[in-house]
Amino acid sequence: MTRTISFTLNGERVAAEIEPHHNLVEVLQREFNLMGARESCGQGMCGCCTVLVNGTAVSGCLYLAAFIDGAAVTTVEAIAGPQSNSLSPVQEAFIEAGAFQCGYCTPGFVLMATQLLDADPDPDDEAIRHYLSGNLCRCGAYPQIVAAIKLAARKRRAQPVA
Amino acid sequence: MATSMQGGTSGAQVAGPQVGRSLPRLEAREKVSGRAEYTHTMRLPRMLHGKIFRSTVAHGRIKAIDTGAAAALPGVYRVVTSEDVRKLIPEPYYGPAFHDQPILAVDKVHYVGEPVAVVLAADPHVAEEAAQLVVAEYEELPAVFDELGAADNAILVHAELKPAGTFADLKHLKGRKGTNIALDFKLRRGDVDKAFAEAAHVFEHTFRTQKCLHVALEPYASIADWSESGVTIYSGAQGPSFVRTEIARLLGWPENRVRIKVPYLGGGFGGKLYIKLEALATALSMIARRPVKIALTMEEQFYTITKHPSTFRIKTGVDSGGRITARKCEVYWNGGAYADIGPRVTQKSGFTASGPYDIENVWIDSYALYTNLPPAGALRGFGIPQLVWAYESHTDMIARAIKLDPVEFRRRNVLREGRPHATGQIVENAKHEAALDRVAERLNWGKPFDRGSGTLRRGRGVAMAIKAVISPTTSVANINIAADGSTTLYCGTIDMGQGSDTAMAQITGEVLNIAAESVRIVPRDTDVTPYDMGTLGSRSLFHMGHAVRLAAEEARDKIKAMARDVGEPEGSNIPLPELFRKKYGMQAGNIIGTGIYKPDYVPPDPATGLTPNVTPFWMCAAAGAEVEVDTETGQVRILRLINVVDCGRPVNPRIVETQISGASLMQLGFTMFEKMHIDAGQVTNASLADYKIPGILDVPAVMENEAVEARQSNGPFGAKGVGETATFCVSPAIANAIEDACGVRLTELPLNAEAVFRALRAQAGRPLRDAS
Repeated sequence: MTRTISFTLNGERVAAEIEPHHNLVEVLQREFNLMGARESCGQGMCGCCTVLVNGTAVSGCLYLAAFIDGAAVTTVEAIAGPQSNSLSPVQEAFIEAGAFQCGYCTPGFVLMATQLLDADPDPDDEAIRHYLSGNLCRCGAYPQIVAAIKLAARKRRAQPVA
Repeated sequence: MATSMQGGTSGAQVAGPQVGRSLPRLEAREKVSGRAEYTHTMRLPRMLHGKIFRSTVAHGRIKAIDTGAAAALPGVYRVVTSEDVRKLIPEPYYGPAFHDQPILAVDKVHYVGEPVAVVLAADPHVAEEAAQLVVAEYEELPAVFDELGAADNAILVHAELKPAGTFADLKHLKGRKGTNIALDFKLRRGDVDKAFAEAAHVFEHTFRTQKCLHVALEPYASIADWSESGVTIYSGAQGPSFVRTEIARLLGWPENRVRIKVPYLGGGFGGKLYIKLEALATALSMIARRPVKIALTMEEQFYTITKHPSTFRIKTGVDSGGRITARKCEVYWNGGAYADIGPRVTQKSGFTASGPYDIENVWIDSYALYTNLPPAGALRGFGIPQLVWAYESHTDMIARAIKLDPVEFRRRNVLREGRPHATGQIVENAKHEAALDRVAERLNWGKPFDRGSGTLRRGRGVAMAIKAVISPTTSVANINIAADGSTTLYCGTIDMGQGSDTAMAQITGEVLNIAAESVRIVPRDTDVTPYDMGTLGSRSLFHMGHAVRLAAEEARDKIKAMARDVGEPEGSNIPLPELFRKKYGMQAGNIIGTGIYKPDYVPPDPATGLTPNVTPFWMCAAAGAEVEVDTETGQVRILRLINVVDCGRPVNPRIVETQISGASLMQLGFTMFEKMHIDAGQVTNASLADYKIPGILDVPAVMENEAVEARQSNGPFGAKGVGETATFCVSPAIANAIEDACGVRLTELPLNAEAVFRALRAQAGRPLRDAS
């Protein structure tokens, strides 16, 4: 029962053969070799599988691939802009603040932090903690993640993203 | 010799000191851009996926396995049971301490969740669906779950003990029958009975810890690609050298036909040590003659390896001056159905069970026990957090009972440098007292403190601990300098987030006077990276750090020799590319330096457990907590958590700080809420929806992390490991603060609201009935 879906992936028009039970993460991995969104808990509890669909973060392990037909999908690989080899201010800030250890959860945090700063360019600690309460980091880099997001907010204000 | 490489281009600049720099992790860019590779997302051409069918009973004889319906599902390649495995691997048992764990269950199952059969299919969804169609019939046998229950040997988990022979102190257990005790470690110092008889006060308490899980966010995954000529295994493994040895033994092959490649690890925490899925993936690839991947779900991690539950009976004699004169420790470790590294935990942690105190008379019995639960192994601390939980709670209870300030009582009894530890080793380079002093200073200990009001009561507590590193162990490193002067490091330490690659590059750079950023570290591959015992127990920075230092020093000496060879004057700083050209007439050749490090060690006397040299270094920690207890609900809010460690000289201060805060937050989960709930051997909360780990909202309002001024005199550039240190003291510091706040003493983890509320009600003479 395969069907073809077409969608915009990181700025590029693409198509994929999928089955109804395939989720977004496995299609990104299998068909497009994008491994930044990755399954961990499989229940939408951890945020490791975060992907932006039409600009909104979703749990890619629970999001059926069929639903992205016609949508615009952005993954961490293109968060600095399509075709870009540079890093976004959020990614730079994560490095400078040492906001990760093993890195498995990091793409999810980067995408959520980006979405937060798009909505609120100058969040306080409480706003950051509330916004990221659905992302888990077993290495416990939370204090550094909060610091990174505040740093990223300063970077973005100083140099607005085009 | 003063040649430096920046970004791979040659030049003669001097890089300056590298140790002590807070440079970002070398692999940072790959991690923030989602491009770092993990085994769980890897694929190979023609690869099959294996999905595991698991036991539903805790102890039983397998009467029949019906794979018919599963095999008939379209798209299924094959269904595999132990019968198939044994045709290729007649003795399919593995393990680091005991060869007790079968690749797939043979004749019996020993815990709920044990792998019984595997479905192979090209499509993982097909394999998953088919695995649910396998049916097994069991003759159920009586099962034992509790470590104290297991100790009386009424129900036996295994008929016979099968030590691996790797460890000398386990050999005497070979062939032993009628017991669940996989190791009984003893330490005897002085005469505890006499000291108890003469003591002014004797205190005895029992403490327990619960079963917890590592919860690496990258679940376990291994891919094996077998052929007649050799097998290549991709695995998220903390100890690829051990995996190679064990797979070679199982196959009857020399090690050079077994290759282990390790991508980045999405967390390890001790779970990915030794051998986990590698033997199964290898057997399946032999059967299928295609690459086979086993990638677990989060739920399946709960059936793979866990933290040891423990029961610790501790008894202490104190004289009229508040001096501890004797301590007796009986520790029971619930190792689950297979030994994994439990017997090592039992001994290597067991001998520090009397704590960082100077005690004349010590008696320690530490028992590794088999039970019918998912196996237990190492989890960030190798047993030490369980011990410190008990002895530092006990220490506080004694101080309160004899009306001594808890910090003062600790200072009065602390084990100081130059004094013998319980094992007999003279303690050096151990700054646990300095750490305690810093915690007390930060807490303004002895000064007035806001104790809250009404139903919100505030309190504070401290704890202090030491840990010995697992010894003796070996690390080997190679450094290869190419003719353009660029440097490549080959070392088997696995960077699972602790920043070891960055630290090793800093050590390399320090010796060779090059920027750490310019050092390339070869991805772990046992075909090219030399032996390392494993990334465990905070051993790597010390052991591999020395091996890397020695390798770099050898390379540096060879550079000097080459310069002399080509007629350069002594002290010449000829750029390396020029030196190579002078030597070989073109851009050609290499300089290879090798370093091997193994510390001295004296095995403990089997009768007394005493030895003058049990560890090359001590990890030392203290913690302080301020809490607010809601006496109406039992809710505990952690207002402030202070973690102070002695890690010698920090190689990378910022990474050290993240190690301290990360370790302490992980232990906060084990302290406050994490617990595997088990009903008749079945884990009933095997998911992140039901098993909560710390999230960003669980971070204490104030966290302070500090490494005391220190220098490990025998460490590489004064450094020693720090991955586990900040886990040790968190649990007792919080429990001590809870008693300080509201007068109730908890003796079992976790310290959740229910436990606090029950204790408050019991204290008020209105105990709650147990939930049925």
